[in-house]
Amino acid sequence: MKSAVIVFPGSNCDRDCKVAIERSTASSVDMVWHQETALPSGLDLIVLPGGFSYGDYLRCGAMAALSPVMAEVKAAAERGVAVVGICNGFQVLCEAGMLPGALLRNAKLKYICKAVTLDVTNTQTRFSTGYSASREAVMTVGNGEGNFFAEEAELDRIEGEGQVVFRYRDNPNGSARNIAGIVNGKGNVLGLMPHPDRSFEGELGSADGALLFQSALASA
Amino acid sequence: MKAKVHVFLKPGVLDVQGKAIEGAVHTLGFGGVSDVRVGRMIEFDIAGTDRAAVEAEVKTLCDRLLANTVIESYRVELI
Repeated sequence: MKSAVIVFPGSNCDRDCKVAIERSTASSVDMVWHQETALPSGLDLIVLPGGFSYGDYLRCGAMAALSPVMAEVKAAAERGVAVVGICNGFQVLCEAGMLPGALLRNAKLKYICKAVTLDVTNTQTRFSTGYSASREAVMTVGNGEGNFFAEEAELDRIEGEGQVVFRYRDNPNGSARNIAGIVNGKGNVLGLMPHPDRSFEGELGSADGALLFQSALASA
Repeated sequence: MKAKVHVFLKPGVLDVQGKAIEGAVHTLGFGGVSDVRVGRMIEFDIAGTDRAAVEAEVKTLCDRLLANTVIESYRVELI
């Protein structure tokens, strides 16, 4: 099993992701700088980590989405490699057009950092099979712009096609239809605002995040 | 040529910053103020003399980077 974590200037959860994947799975993890024009061969999972790429200038994730490495991430996703964007990584995936919608300022304009309970509304995706029994997960959110937005018709479409994977039980940021995480149409690209990388063992308050990495790699 | 690009959230997208400012404006007693929107203005120099061609180039740049057309609309001014 082989994973890569992409490192953008301003990423601050890249190490967390590496440690979370290593401790919750048997995968080795390479760190890949955003200027790279090739990815390591034989990857099963690519993670875009949380943080503040490019200082959140212009829009969160906007500049990172144009990084040289993103052309490779897109190509890998088209080949079917699993891609997970966490927090800022989710914003990057939306900005790159790899996921529908966008993330707006939180409804109350506050940065929110706390544990949240999520309903796992689709346990059939390659990222969520580990939640089949519980159908819920506790993870930490830490964001100022986690308010998921899409046009009503788009929301209807992604809901209808089972692309909504995680929903907040108690919506912290105003996200449309309580959406916390979605997959693309093909089901191999996931974006979510909560941090599985901050919730992968009991000492962190929750080990539920480990199931996400385990599911992603079990399906590879 | 100098280009000025004005970017705002689309009318259907709730502008929470605008709402917060509107609340403060009302606190100051300016009750006649409504529909406050917060956007950004980006200006830059751009080479070229053919106005239509430059405008098309700036619009391409807006679509690819300066605005996220899922949530924002933009207006281009050339001076």
